[in-house]
Amino acid sequence: VPLLPRAFFWLVSLLLASLIWFVSVHLSDRENAKLQYGLLIFGAAVSVLLQEAFRFAYFKLLKKADEGLATISEDGRSPISFRQMAYVSGLSFGIISGVFSVINILADSIGPGIVGIHGDSPYYFITSAFLTMALVLLHTFWGVIFFDACEKRRYWCLGLVVASHLLTSGLTFLNPWYEASLVPIFIITLGTGLWAFITAGGSFRNILKCLSCKQEDDSRVMMYSALQVPFED
Amino acid sequence: MITFMNNSDSEEEPCNERTSLMSAESPPVPSYQDGLQASEAGEAQAHRKRRTGGSRSPNNIADGEMSDSSVPVRESTLENEEEELTLKYGAKHVIMLFVPVTLCMIVVVATIKSVRFYTEKNGQLIYTPFSEDTPSVGQRLLNSVLNTIIMISVIVVMTVFLVVLYKYRCYKFIHGWLILSSLMLLFLFTYIYLGEVLKTYNVAMDYPTLILVIWNFGAVGMICIHWKGPLQLQQAYLIMISALMALVFIKYLPEWSAWVILGAISIYDLMAVLCPKGPLRMLVETAQERNEPIFPALIYSSAMMWTVGMAKPDTAARGPSQQTWDAAEDGRENHRSPSHADSQMSETRSPVPTRPITSLEELEEEERGVKLGLGDFIFYSVLVGKAAATASGDWNTTLACFVAILIGLCLTLLLLAVFKKALPALPISITFGLVFYFSTDNLVRPFMDTLASHQLYI
Repeated sequence: VPLLPRAFFWLVSLLLASLIWFVSVHLSDRENAKLQYGLLIFGAAVSVLLQEAFRFAYFKLLKKADEGLATISEDGRSPISFRQMAYVSGLSFGIISGVFSVINILADSIGPGIVGIHGDSPYYFITSAFLTMALVLLHTFWGVIFFDACEKRRYWCLGLVVASHLLTSGLTFLNPWYEASLVPIFIITLGTGLWAFITAGGSFRNILKCLSCKQEDDSRVMMYSALQVPFED
Repeated sequence: MITFMNNSDSEEEPCNERTSLMSAESPPVPSYQDGLQASEAGEAQAHRKRRTGGSRSPNNIADGEMSDSSVPVRESTLENEEEELTLKYGAKHVIMLFVPVTLCMIVVVATIKSVRFYTEKNGQLIYTPFSEDTPSVGQRLLNSVLNTIIMISVIVVMTVFLVVLYKYRCYKFIHGWLILSSLMLLFLFTYIYLGEVLKTYNVAMDYPTLILVIWNFGAVGMICIHWKGPLQLQQAYLIMISALMALVFIKYLPEWSAWVILGAISIYDLMAVLCPKGPLRMLVETAQERNEPIFPALIYSSAMMWTVGMAKPDTAARGPSQQTWDAAEDGRENHRSPSHADSQMSETRSPVPTRPITSLEELEEEERGVKLGLGDFIFYSVLVGKAAATASGDWNTTLACFVAILIGLCLTLLLLAVFKKALPALPISITFGLVFYFSTDNLVRPFMDTLASHQLYI
């Protein structure tokens, strides 16, 4: 399954980030809560940067593999389109990151307990769910944009992706104040989604064509594909 | 190489072996298989070998013969096609093995999480006599190392015993042994498992129903595994057996011993398969010399078996090209379907030499499958199950180990496609799994917990 190496890369990046955080925590003063919080922010930022670095590394790896496949295959094209790979890579990054963020919360949500009994927000679970969804989508979009930017060497796009990732992560720091964090994050998600869509070559016309395709004459399509078969031999 | 797997269960039984299904007839001609992987496993006697891989060279040689008369350019295109096929095959095989390994792990993790029985400490196996309830860390470490040494030596002794039996052709003994062990696994362990699951969910079941269910399950399992049956049913039974075995291991192995044993077994696997005097390697070579399927072994195979009827008429019509092909194939093992499939292939080759090679290769593609020893399944599941049972970071650690093991499997299959000979399946995956387990448990978990408590996302 092509999702797995990507997830592996994300895990490794997480591991390294936690290592850094752990070391920094141990080297510092345990009692100082502010310092700990600051270290946490530092750890989160480092983790974001490492994730993007690993995304880049994965891109390089994929490029090499793609070239290898292209040289081997008969017609010089690779069997998987690069867009698809970007999408899959972003998706798997998103899935593993989302799953890691949310699965313990889910497991706890089955058990007995009252949410927010110590004065925290009672909407913890719902907001976690929304945030995770936004994060997964964001990772997918970032994957598409990132790969496209690397292909076309538009480094400002890369910088923008990294900056938006940092921004999103930073917004979650505002968390019990949900209006300030959830709403901007969703706006960012929508914006990134639109950007990814445009990058992947979509447009308003494409959407219309896609919607109207379903009403087209299917038999015509089938005949066309029937014609195609001998060529694909 | 073949994979053997003996699993010995609890204190009472010495050893189990499981034989994979495939019909017991030896193919007349060894055909190439996808490589083998061997790994050792099991408590008392456990041999597992796994065989996977794709050998392309016979294909090459056969193709070469025919293209000799044609344009030499054809050969290079053939090689290219073969390389491409190797890669495609590799990907297909990877997927074919991921599903059963994933299923086995899911079953084990689900059971561990829900049924309390398997995480309670109710004693230990006689193979691990040293207890871990000692006050000092050093003592505990020493005890676990001693346990590991005992366990591994038991496994080595059993493997050597099996090799000796095989060398002296005591087939009946081996078959009886295998049947006895799978009998015990299918009946006794299923009974215990079912009992515990029913207890957990507080469902009542009367004895007549229980006897009916267990009898049917066990009898069908025996038939499927040792004789013939639908491929998917056989695969399902093998997965269930591996899960049961892994659960027993998880329950009865003390914690530190389990981790040290996992590490030691991957080292042993590496040595037993790759060293020239390793028992598994000797076993495989002996089987190759005798031109037999090493054993209706304890392997999980992912491809379809052709029926006997299909192969027979083909063998009659083999042409002269078959001869050279057989000679080339001599060094390889072939057991199970490739034999039938290849004989059919060779048959189609001789009468139609001008036929485009790609179609024949496509035929081969579908027929070749990948084999993984059941012991590999067991030890992967033991690792993930232990992670689920003992890690305090719960699901994160389990997931991380799961991903690590699958990536290790991927890499091993890749190496297999490159080296085209039997490879041990355990070392890479177990190493990754162990590394990820310990690092996730100690490093990532506090980080993620702290992040989650502030509801921060990275």
